[in-house]
Amino acid sequence: MANITHSPNVIAKYLPVYFVLLGIAGLEVFLAYQAFSTITLVFLLLALAFCGGILAVMYFMHLHDERRSLFLTLIPVTIFVLLMMNMLWSDSFRLLYLKPFAH
Amino acid sequence: MSESDIAIHGSGETLMEASPYGIPSRKLAMWLFIISDSITFGALLFGYGYLRTASSDWPTPFKFNPSIVNVLIMTFVLVTSSLTMLGAVDSAKVGDKAKTRRFLWSTILLGVIFAGLHIREWISMIDEGVSLFQNPWGSPLFGGAFFSITGLHLLHVISGVVAMIVISRGFSRGSLNAGHVEATGLYWHFVDLVWMFVVPLIYLLNISK
Repeated sequence: MANITHSPNVIAKYLPVYFVLLGIAGLEVFLAYQAFSTITLVFLLLALAFCGGILAVMYFMHLHDERRSLFLTLIPVTIFVLLMMNMLWSDSFRLLYLKPFAH
Repeated sequence: MSESDIAIHGSGETLMEASPYGIPSRKLAMWLFIISDSITFGALLFGYGYLRTASSDWPTPFKFNPSIVNVLIMTFVLVTSSLTMLGAVDSAKVGDKAKTRRFLWSTILLGVIFAGLHIREWISMIDEGVSLFQNPWGSPLFGGAFFSITGLHLLHVISGVVAMIVISRGFSRGSLNAGHVEATGLYWHFVDLVWMFVVPLIYLLNISK
């Protein structure tokens, strides 16, 4: 029979993160029904989603407990690639107004 | 075989470097997969954003009841499954097979409930006349964007459920170890993380007020 060592209750340890994530989901729904412009709502919802994402990555996925070199290898590159995708937005406005964004 | 031969051919345990990140290669491979998958989802969500911005008649069909209520329940189920997955990984690390099995099957059950709710949402959308190429409300691109993004996420959930069933059986039999449970746990948390971005961008920006 394998030896079983008892560790502190991990569910209780991460319960605050769990409730914050549920709270963020609830807050997002609340904000979605407020009278914000679409662009403001996009920024608010994305900011909250990023907060939830950071909590999930750092605590649920334990990146917080790993060596900093792993974090520095994975996360800045991913953010850089995702940010580089933003260059397409001006073209989407061109389609809507049938003229280049700068004109 | 001389030491120089070992160095040239790259074999020999004594010459192998330690992991630069202090984690097993299985876990590093899962992290790299997660990064590549997050870029895939990022590209899909940016593509969706492009279409939404470029369309003057983008539909906003999601009513509070049933769609947003359903999404809230799905979020609750998925975040709770992440918590049970944490329990499974922790139990596996301390070698408690029975507890690991219980936590893994709780996570599987929650994953199946999530997939069921997702499919129910799809069926109601299809009943309202939404398909990949048309819908009754506006831009025909809505259906393609909605089904491809939520479909890819659903595919990840189903893959995760299948992986957890395999891992649970293998861990109980002793053919798989705690590292396998941990790598599957990383994947499952990633599925949860993606959902945190899908909900606001796909559902909450398209609510019917």
